[in-house]
Amino acid sequence: MAEAQYYVPHGTRWPIMGSIGLTALVGGFAALLNGASVASLVMVLGFVILVAMMFLWFGQVVRESESRIYNDQVDRSFRWGMGWFIFSEVCFFGAFFGALFYARVYSVPWLGGEGTGVATNLFLWPSFDSVWPTNGPAALGGAYQVMGAWGIPALNTIILLSSGGTVTWAHWGIIKDNRPQFVWGLLLTVVLGFLFVGLQAYEYYEAYAHLNLKLSTGIYGSTFFMLTGFHGAHVTIGAIMLTVVMLRGMRGHFDSKNHFAFEAAAWYWHFVDVVWLGLFIFVYWL
Amino acid sequence: MTFDSRLFRRWIHRASQAAAGLAALAPLSAAYAEWELNMPRGVTLISREAYDQHMLMLWWCVGIGVVVFGAMFYSMFRHRRAAGHAAANFHHNTFAEIVWTVIPVVILVLMAIPATRALIVMEDTSEADMTLKVTGHQWKWRYEYLEDDVDFFSSLAPESREAIYSDPYATDNYLLEVDNEVVLPVGRKVRILLTADDVIHAWWVPALGMKKDAIPGFINELWTRIDEPGIYRGQCAELCGKDHGFMPIVVRAVPDEEYVAWVDDRHAAQELVAQEALRDWTVEELMVRGREIYITACAACHQQNGQGLPPSFPAITGSEIATGPLDAHLDRVMNGKPGTAMAAFAQQLGDSDLAAVITYQRNALGNAVGDSVQPSAVRAAR
Amino acid sequence: MSAATTRDAHDDAHHDDHHHHGPEPGVMRWVYTTNHKDIGTLYLVFSFLMLLLGGLLALGIRTELWSPGLQFVEPDFFNQLTTMHALIMVFGAIMPATVGFANWMVPLMIGAPDMALPRLNNWSFWLLPFAFALLISTFFMEGGAPAAGWTLYAPLVLQGGANLPFAIFAIHLMGIASVMGAINIIVTILNMRAPGMTLLKMPLFIWTWLITAFLLVAAMPVFAGAVTMLLTDKFFGTSFFDAAGGGDPVLFQHIFWFFGHPEVYIMILPSFGIVSQVIPTFARKPLFGYESMVYATASIAFLSFIVWAHHMFTVGMPLAGELFFMYTTMLIAVPTGVKVFNWVATMWRGSMTFETPMLYAIAFVILFTLGGFSGLMLAIVPSDFQYHDTYFVVAHFHYVLVTGSLFGIFAGVYYWLPKWTGNMYDERLGKWHFWLSTIFVNILFFPQHFLGLAGMPRRVPDYAVQFADWNMVSSIGGFGFGLSQLLFAWIVLQCCRGGKQATAEVWDGSDGLEWTVPSPAPYHTFETPPAVR
Ligand code: HEA
Ligand code: HEA
Ligand code: HEC
Ligand code: CUA
Ligand SMILES: [Cu+2]
Repeated sequence: MAEAQYYVPHGTRWPIMGSIGLTALVGGFAALLNGASVASLVMVLGFVILVAMMFLWFGQVVRESESRIYNDQVDRSFRWGMGWFIFSEVCFFGAFFGALFYARVYSVPWLGGEGTGVATNLFLWPSFDSVWPTNGPAALGGAYQVMGAWGIPALNTIILLSSGGTVTWAHWGIIKDNRPQFVWGLLLTVVLGFLFVGLQAYEYYEAYAHLNLKLSTGIYGSTFFMLTGFHGAHVTIGAIMLTVVMLRGMRGHFDSKNHFAFEAAAWYWHFVDVVWLGLFIFVYWL
Repeated sequence: MTFDSRLFRRWIHRASQAAAGLAALAPLSAAYAEWELNMPRGVTLISREAYDQHMLMLWWCVGIGVVVFGAMFYSMFRHRRAAGHAAANFHHNTFAEIVWTVIPVVILVLMAIPATRALIVMEDTSEADMTLKVTGHQWKWRYEYLEDDVDFFSSLAPESREAIYSDPYATDNYLLEVDNEVVLPVGRKVRILLTADDVIHAWWVPALGMKKDAIPGFINELWTRIDEPGIYRGQCAELCGKDHGFMPIVVRAVPDEEYVAWVDDRHAAQELVAQEALRDWTVEELMVRGREIYITACAACHQQNGQGLPPSFPAITGSEIATGPLDAHLDRVMNGKPGTAMAAFAQQLGDSDLAAVITYQRNALGNAVGDSVQPSAVRAAR
Repeated sequence: MSAATTRDAHDDAHHDDHHHHGPEPGVMRWVYTTNHKDIGTLYLVFSFLMLLLGGLLALGIRTELWSPGLQFVEPDFFNQLTTMHALIMVFGAIMPATVGFANWMVPLMIGAPDMALPRLNNWSFWLLPFAFALLISTFFMEGGAPAAGWTLYAPLVLQGGANLPFAIFAIHLMGIASVMGAINIIVTILNMRAPGMTLLKMPLFIWTWLITAFLLVAAMPVFAGAVTMLLTDKFFGTSFFDAAGGGDPVLFQHIFWFFGHPEVYIMILPSFGIVSQVIPTFARKPLFGYESMVYATASIAFLSFIVWAHHMFTVGMPLAGELFFMYTTMLIAVPTGVKVFNWVATMWRGSMTFETPMLYAIAFVILFTLGGFSGLMLAIVPSDFQYHDTYFVVAHFHYVLVTGSLFGIFAGVYYWLPKWTGNMYDERLGKWHFWLSTIFVNILFFPQHFLGLAGMPRRVPDYAVQFADWNMVSSIGGFGFGLSQLLFAWIVLQCCRGGKQATAEVWDGSDGLEWTVPSPAPYHTFETPPAVR
């Protein structure tokens, strides 16, 4: 089935295209932040280039994969690659979780006068009591309400956990070469995924419209929105990945032995799942 | 003739001093040559602890270096191919490897013990006799003596600022001189509270031996007990923007009685300033005082000649605000402009100083509006 | 197989006969290439250009510091010079140079046909020029380049002008590039070894890079997170680093140094690896204590994640924190010492010759160790209160970075240049380069110890007159060292153009797969895996 030789492509146009797209995207965004409104055009252009690049690059990889020019060793490379990529994502989230823990365990208590913070509290923020959640001694953003854990977030936990189940069910399907089960399983997963994102969006709307809970609501708002926001973005990416896999499955791609693209997306999905559990516990619940 | 060993030793000492001096001066005979090599030992317990730890570590490192580099050079010399040495073929030796793992661990423990001991002493700010609150601003320090009710700002001395672009050798203590010194009594434990108004600064006087960051929104503590009267100089030690290099610290340590007298002087001076602010000033008085304030408080950004450093720091010369309606000018100086480096000077300067500097800006630096502001007007605007 | 018809015509135009195929003609070769040797060359050339640029900025610093008073630049521009000098050196010169080595040498040393993920490899490189274009463009913006030091401490960095978002996104791009590059290296090492090349048979350079790549994957995303928080604090109203909202400026420092300390080992470990290849070759004796070298490297990597706050002893941590970070930091001396002793033991009773790579390796061992000693002194909290943010620190890190990382890189370039180009470099000029560099670099950085101890703060454009003399000496060293690098450029160019033909083994003490292929190494190597003893 596979060639003995490790497949080494000769020449590729996609990376340089990706660099141009990405640079236009972030450069445009940076200029926009500085108030140059025409920059949004550059930004959009960059985004379009980037998306086109992904279509072309991944499309080519898909064709190569379907024509079976990858051997087992190439497959292993992809597996290791995806694994370490997910690890790097974990570390990215680690920075934000670190910020959350630091604020909860150190900076907020210090501002409230605990530990080494006696003088800080006495001289600078005499009326501040350290309780979590907080928008800080200067009450940035004004009075707000806390996002409870047992409404939408709990529902979302159930949704995301079940989607972990459905994606595994899809996996069993492809292992048995049962294509309908595979596709249905994926469809369910993707639907649950987008449902999650939709509910999350609704929650944000609630927060902004009724709870006065915003990005600018001190450290609580900052950690809340940055963590859940990046998580939501990752759910969206994961759902898109799974959608692509599903469409490929409908086209007859993959079989019981050859379905790494699916597995990669599924790993990613589980990673997003686990991050959510951390969020649910440390951002919403405790 | 009897041999006087003391004389001999003094002679040796002189000779070696002269030799060192000559060696130092020979290559570049700059007038202020100071080929300082080592950390000063300082005048507090803390600085001596730091110094002792430093010297201890230095000698450990020299010792280890001699052994390691000695072995290396010996090998490079003896085990050269050019010297006809044929290569051996060994590639490990468990015993040696254990030895050179264990010995460093032992050395490290020996290093850590005194360091830990010293650190515990250094961090103990309890039972202080007095408290000094220090606030870092871009780019000056504010000192508040909490018990003695003294409060002032301290920035780079005008002579130093004037020398930056001309001749640093023309002034004493270039960059290490301030307009208002911190005065502390010797022999008393002073607890220093550090914070900052805008960005992080760090308060550091080498002879007192401790450096700590002044962080906006938080207060750090350190303590000192100065043993000897004298003048000790230091600098801000955390990058805090453009004039980070121009925010010195000068501590004058004096005997208790002198300190008390200084506090009384300060009170009298503060009283005088308050009184002065109640009367009307002549334009000449305002302009003279205004120039002094301008150089210490404003020139860092707007430059001595008023040209500023566009685009970050606008010129005062020809500035719409400084040549326009008085109210707007007063407002900008007193309330600053949030989000820019232009601070609100209402807290930092008294009524007469504000009146003076505003009058100065309007009638000097190439501006000639012709009006003036009285302290009473400033007070009214507060 | 009908697959060929479905493949992209361009990409595979040469696929079927790739066994005997060389590079494509024309410049687009370099843009489209997926060949690890091409990409390695691109990295090395890019990093050298960045070294010149970063060095030029450093010479700007040294020019202003030539004598007291302000003569050449304004303070704010001085801070821009310092900041950009460091960012360019760290992310533009040292890191890409070591990645260049990895690209060239990892496949050659483990007997692989190429890197595991060749297209990704291309992208890892081709993001860099764009990232640096963004970063360098800030010099021409209103308000100039970032000026808060390479450590980008909040809240000072938030006062920056138009440059801030550009610098942050440039860092994001570099981060993506480094992480992709590191993943590729890990995968290559784990998955592409020739049969028989067990993990404990891998050359030490491969081991150090495996561990470096791990550090990169773990640390770079944290840095990305940190600068993202800067971005949102500045533009989207968050208050991670603002006490008024419950945040803390020091939080930024914790996150930065959680990345920053592993980062310094990211810069030194590959040089450890290079030196561990060079010394056995010229001592004509196998590396002493290979296994303990591997474990030592792994221990250094592990420790590097739990020492970060030694950069922050003055921020007012609780006593227990200061002690913890002091002890863990001191511990790093143990595995590093093991490495130094092993290098010395490798030389011991060898049959040494002193070609340029060996000279650089020896200077590396000595001068890096000096830098390590000053590092250990910095780890002692009571005295770090005095050293911190003075030129003593500047001296420390230039000893480990310039005479450490950079000298390791020089050793590697001279060592493998004949393999890359097929020609011997001019040994006499190489020795000149070595002696000039070594003498001047010490004139440049040794006096900075004295300056720091005598009380000169770092990141200042101007200083009190008692620091004048050593500063002038240091500046002289700086210009001497900088000019010596032009000689380096000349030697390398000469060697690329011609010179004595190099044999496959190149050095008579050489050992390893890279020496079994001809010099210059053919465009494709090890398409069928070599046999490993
Ligand atoms: C390649 C980069 C590199 C390397 C390898 C190191 C290695 C070390 N560094 Fe350094 N460091 C930097 C780059 C590096 N550093 C940079 C860039 C900064 C400044 C950043 C900034 O602020 O901008 C810095 C700053 C820095 C500080 C903060 C100083 C301050 O700001 O106040 C400290 C403090 O502990 C420190 C410690 C150490 C230690 C203990 C080691 C150890 O790893 C050294 C270990 C080596 C040896 C000890 C020598 C060999 C050992 C033996 C021969 C064995 C026997 C020895 C004994 C038992 C003593 N470093
Ligand atoms: C990573 C590696 C690295 C390297 C290789 C260097 C190399 C050098 N560094 Fe660097 N330096 C840092 C990393 C590095 N530095 C870091 C991290 C900081 C801290 C920044 C901070 O505080 O934020 C720093 C800070 C720093 C300072 C302190 C600045 C301050 O505190 O304000 C100084 C001052 O002397 C300095 C000097 C030098 C010099 C003279 C060199 C020399 O080795 C450079 C040699 C010169 C060349 C190689 C140039 C050759 C070129 C020419 C001769 C011209 C020809 C030009 C063309 C053809 C275009 N550096
Ligand atoms: C830390 C730097 C700094 C210092 C010190 C400083 N200023 Fe400013 N100043 C600024 C900046 C920045 C602006 C521009 C604010 C803006 O964006 O409008 C400014 C603006 C002004 C303006 C308005 C100029 C115009 O045309 O917009 C006046 C008047 C002024 N400052 C007076 C003073 C006086 C008086 C002092 C001293 C008592 C002083 N400044 C000290 C930074 C400083
Ligand atoms: Cu204040 Cu540096
Ligand atoms: Cu470190």
